[in-house]
Amino acid sequence: MNGFTLTPVETKPLSFALPVIGAAGAFVGLFVGTAHGSGLMGIAVGAVALMVLGYIALAVFGLGQEKITRWGVIALFIVAGVLLAGVPGFVLGLLFGLFFSWFIFWIGEGRYRANLAPYLTSGQVLWHYTFRVICGAIFVFLITPILVVMPLSFNAQNFFTFTPEMLRFDPAGYSLKHYKDFFTSNEWQQALRNSLMIAPAATLLSVSFGTLAAIGLSSEHVPFRRAIMAILISPMIVPLIISAAGMYFFYSRIGLQGTYFGVVLAHAALGIPFVIITVTATLVGFDRSLTRAAANMGADPVTTFFRVQMPLILPGVISGGLFAFITSFDEVVVVLFVGSANQQTLPWEMFTGLREQISPTILAVATILVVISIALLSTLEYLRRRSERLRGMSPG
Amino acid sequence: MKLTKTLLATTALTVAAGTAVTAQDMANSMTIVSWGGAYQASQDNAYVQPYLAANPGVSATWDESSAEAVAKLRAMNEAGNITWDLVDVVASDSMRLCDEGLAMEIDHDEMLAAAPDGTSASDDFGDLIVSDCFIPQIVYSTTFGYRTDMVPAGTEPPSTVCDVFDLAKYPGKRSLQKRPIDNMEWALYCDGVAKDEIYDVLGTEEGVERALAKLGTIKDQVVWWSAGAETPQLLADGEVFMGSTFNGRLFSAIAEQNQPIAMLWDMQSFDLDGWIVPAGLPADRLARVMDFLKFATDTQRLADQAAYISYGPARTSSAPLVGKHADLGIDMAPHMPTDPANAGNVHIYDYEWWADNRDDLDAKFQSWLAQ
Amino acid sequence: MSDSTHTGPMLAADGTPLKRSLRRALRAQKMRALALIAPLLIFVLLTFIAPIVDMLFRSVENQIVGNTLPMTVEELRDWDAADTPDEQVFRALFFDLFLAAEAKEHTKLGSRLNYEESGISSLFRTSGRDMSDIGEVFQDALEEIDPAFEEAATWVEMMSGGAGAEPNERLMSNQIARMEALEATTFSGDAEFVPGAAISDILPNTARAYAAFAAFTQFVDGKSVTKEEPWEAVYAALALDLEDPATKTALATYSGPAAESLRAAAAAQLPPIAMRDAFIESNKDWAKVNFWETIKTYSPPYTTGYFLNAVDMEKTPQGIALRSEDERIYGILFQRTMFMSLMITFSCVALGYPVAWILANLPSRTANLLMILVLLPFWTSLLVRTSAWKVMLQQQGVINDVLVWLGLVADENRLVMINNQFGTIVAMTHILLPFMILPMYSVMQTIPPTYLRAAKSLGANNWTAFWRVYFPQSVPGIGAGSILVFILAIGYYITPEIVGGTTGTFISNRIAYHISSSLNWGLAAALGTILLAVVLILYWAYDKIVGIDNVKLG
Repeated sequence: MNGFTLTPVETKPLSFALPVIGAAGAFVGLFVGTAHGSGLMGIAVGAVALMVLGYIALAVFGLGQEKITRWGVIALFIVAGVLLAGVPGFVLGLLFGLFFSWFIFWIGEGRYRANLAPYLTSGQVLWHYTFRVICGAIFVFLITPILVVMPLSFNAQNFFTFTPEMLRFDPAGYSLKHYKDFFTSNEWQQALRNSLMIAPAATLLSVSFGTLAAIGLSSEHVPFRRAIMAILISPMIVPLIISAAGMYFFYSRIGLQGTYFGVVLAHAALGIPFVIITVTATLVGFDRSLTRAAANMGADPVTTFFRVQMPLILPGVISGGLFAFITSFDEVVVVLFVGSANQQTLPWEMFTGLREQISPTILAVATILVVISIALLSTLEYLRRRSERLRGMSPG
Repeated sequence: MKLTKTLLATTALTVAAGTAVTAQDMANSMTIVSWGGAYQASQDNAYVQPYLAANPGVSATWDESSAEAVAKLRAMNEAGNITWDLVDVVASDSMRLCDEGLAMEIDHDEMLAAAPDGTSASDDFGDLIVSDCFIPQIVYSTTFGYRTDMVPAGTEPPSTVCDVFDLAKYPGKRSLQKRPIDNMEWALYCDGVAKDEIYDVLGTEEGVERALAKLGTIKDQVVWWSAGAETPQLLADGEVFMGSTFNGRLFSAIAEQNQPIAMLWDMQSFDLDGWIVPAGLPADRLARVMDFLKFATDTQRLADQAAYISYGPARTSSAPLVGKHADLGIDMAPHMPTDPANAGNVHIYDYEWWADNRDDLDAKFQSWLAQ
Repeated sequence: MSDSTHTGPMLAADGTPLKRSLRRALRAQKMRALALIAPLLIFVLLTFIAPIVDMLFRSVENQIVGNTLPMTVEELRDWDAADTPDEQVFRALFFDLFLAAEAKEHTKLGSRLNYEESGISSLFRTSGRDMSDIGEVFQDALEEIDPAFEEAATWVEMMSGGAGAEPNERLMSNQIARMEALEATTFSGDAEFVPGAAISDILPNTARAYAAFAAFTQFVDGKSVTKEEPWEAVYAALALDLEDPATKTALATYSGPAAESLRAAAAAQLPPIAMRDAFIESNKDWAKVNFWETIKTYSPPYTTGYFLNAVDMEKTPQGIALRSEDERIYGILFQRTMFMSLMITFSCVALGYPVAWILANLPSRTANLLMILVLLPFWTSLLVRTSAWKVMLQQQGVINDVLVWLGLVADENRLVMINNQFGTIVAMTHILLPFMILPMYSVMQTIPPTYLRAAKSLGANNWTAFWRVYFPQSVPGIGAGSILVFILAIGYYITPEIVGGTTGTFISNRIAYHISSSLNWGLAAALGTILLAVVLILYWAYDKIVGIDNVKLG
């Protein structure tokens, strides 16, 4: 992405750059201004300040001293932030400083055109970036709730509330006690163990049955294909509360309620649709002549499956497996009904935690899980890129 | 001759009775069902840990399913597979379980320890034994707490339950439980119905309308809760000015978490919580549970629980033994709902009446809420 | 094949006709496919479909009335609902209720009928306790006439008709079957006691009541009938039999065991049998015609009552009618569930489309990194995300705090964004957004970007190129995502419970309430069946329009 430019970069005239930078300044100024009493003042001050800053950066120092100028802008913003709002101001100042130090040069030097086709009109360029800002906002929407709860897990109090101490960044407002609670409490550790015992078993069941069935379903001559598909997908479409209650009564009657095996079976059933969907999707693109070729060359069906078919549909199986795993790992409604004291999983523990005593330990657990899943997802991505590189494919 | 025979026979009987409950015949594990949170922790500290210490080799598992106890016991009974040994339920649930034969009938004097002064268990518990299957543990109440820092300047802090309905004097949101019980009674009481006529009035169509109309005056300022932890959280956030919840939760927010919250003890709604033993336990598990129960419901143990949570012990004989909070070292007695200073004006809710009218009033209440 | 002059049907290598050989191969292929599917199919049928069907069956099941009060139901058949039923009905009720109270089944019936008519619960509960008292009058009187009636052994001998008497197997097996229905189990083993045929003819009520007692004692209590004194109900039954003059004449020539005691009892003056008065004295509500109507209306083994209730209707003596306005709730809830699920689906489309587009059009390296942002919420516990929204949306929450800090909103006019429909829609849109983005993304990935460029080079402006060329090709993705999100949304209940307040809850919340709190499982099942039917229709429509194979996850 950064390796090449589509359009040569050219420095924009100040008559274009300064008003744009000023407008951005006015926008930020509006908020800072209203926070301090007068929005209009904020707009005026923000616009003027940023235009001056932009002029100094672009016209006085210029490209040659870009690095130093950038640091200067950041420092200025931090100082302004601290003067206006203390410690929180420091953080905000840093963020705004980082943004504007980049923005001034991005606009002033016309870098925004570098990755776009040269024939685009300015309207299209504007739309291009507006669209990205919209997408960015949606990503913020997706991720903010998770980012918001993370600091709360360090709350020194037993509530889901940003205390005044926390907002002042007072160390007394923060504590690791909820993490300590998670690592030392028998219940949480047992719940973790239960989750780690139930989810893989359920995943294994749904992946092995599901993959076989998906292969069967992908053959052209299956009678009642639609009906069978509907039945296999049903655990996904039946509202969970109905499934949970139904399983509860039924499993009680056959002695599976409250057993490890019962919970695994229930979770496996819930995970099956995901495996079926992903694996059949991979099989749509599967070339049947490969299995025929293998059979022709004397491989028996089992060998064909493991040596030819499996490696090709493996991505589908893995992603189905991941979905099945998450389904079980994050499932609370069914386990509450089908499980008993000995099968309390992490979500169960969280649920009763939320109901009986709101404690940020839940958030500490969530933070740990989020960190683990970020690490997992990044590792997967890294491995994927490495294998692509090794296979000589360009990483896009 | 005859006398010696009788004596011998009696000794033999005693021996037989004695051996019937030796440790060999008792199961080594128990599944105890409770509510989770601080309440379950208080039970664990006061009853279970001491019992396990005295009986090495025995283990106990907690199941936090009391909220679904009746539903789950019914299904277990349908399936003929009882996995619980002892269940903590509120009084109304114990009556329902006892009626349906899902809980075992208890002979309180036979099975439970007498008070230290020799008063029989049934006298010690007194009226609190609301059903034949119920072994009372604590008296708790549903009452109001309010944010002291949100009381309007120049106004007295709230002092009666009717201040909940006074939006002019105390603006701000309130949190109430999402069910008709208690709320309807408070509404009628504050609408001028005498305390002993509340259920007569509520039994009529007009009475229900009257209660709902009274609740309607604050409806758009109410946050409805369904889990006990919600009101303390809402109060701590300053999300509501006042809210109803179990008094122990408020105590914990006030005393343990130092929140700017105060209690309003007026018209607190008394309720009981206690044990039931599921019907149809195998003999060895039953023997273990009864052994545990005899220990866990004696005078000292019930008083011990009060060191961890501000619920009143159900035995009369336990009250004088209530001491100080286990960690904070403050006197617990003044925080009990049963303390005379707090119990000046209480509301005793009518189990029988609600058992009959619950389905009907609930339908009306929910439809009122949804509109 | 070897014979070139062969003119018959074409043959395969092994000499069978090719047609048949092909058919066999096809069948083998079918069988192999089915064999691969079979394990999973059986697995899902057993672990999932069977429980669901079992659950939904509860929505029409209503055996409890017939099983608990079989004789009363029988007697009520001809009752015209004009006035409180007559003595006959109350007599049947006495024996039914006595047995039910012994088996502790009467309060279950009370709770069941209380769903339809308030007050029946306590009627059954309080009267259940009084059954022994009503019967005790006759027990005392009979025992005074002849102390032999106190002996368990007398009764066994009397009712079995003595050694070698012809047994009445049918009566006994009927009573055992009744007990099995009442207790919802099956008993094993032979009956220890069988009533005699002769005595059953003379004392039909007593024989039936005693057989019931014997069956209960042996199979439910696990005790021996020879050691237990009969229930008070058996004495009442005897008094009832002796009231009939025909019994007296029959007894005069009877020579079985305890014939003398029976004759003595027949000759004596027994207390009058007035069950109707006794019941009304026990609880005056027994005189209420509407209670009896409820019992009669709900006596068949299957009922549409739960379904009627689920659509805000009820059975009245005048037929099926809408419930009174202050009790209607499910119509509103179904509408609301539909409306909010649609809103959630639309907002997911609106937010998911740009994201899916940008993911599909960015270089894969960047796209994969951004994909982590989409998947991360997906991997975070639902409960945590819901709590996070609570922290964000409440009046003292993060968003309001920021808005107030920025001065956009006055401190005393903080926005109400939670405990209403808005809160539910925002939180659920967030939770379900990945389910929209992933299928859209996989569809958009397959749309070649050259199409759009071609359209533009042919003179289309940006909008036309998008709307006429790109958008139609992305419709399957929208369809797949929408149906997935809609189906998942319609059945959610944890998130609406936490952030929905009173106006933002779904029908599922009500189902959960009826399952775990009110224990009205029949109504929960009926609501669930309706919900499931809606979802299945949608699923079917989806399968017709898009095809279930076209759902792709990642």
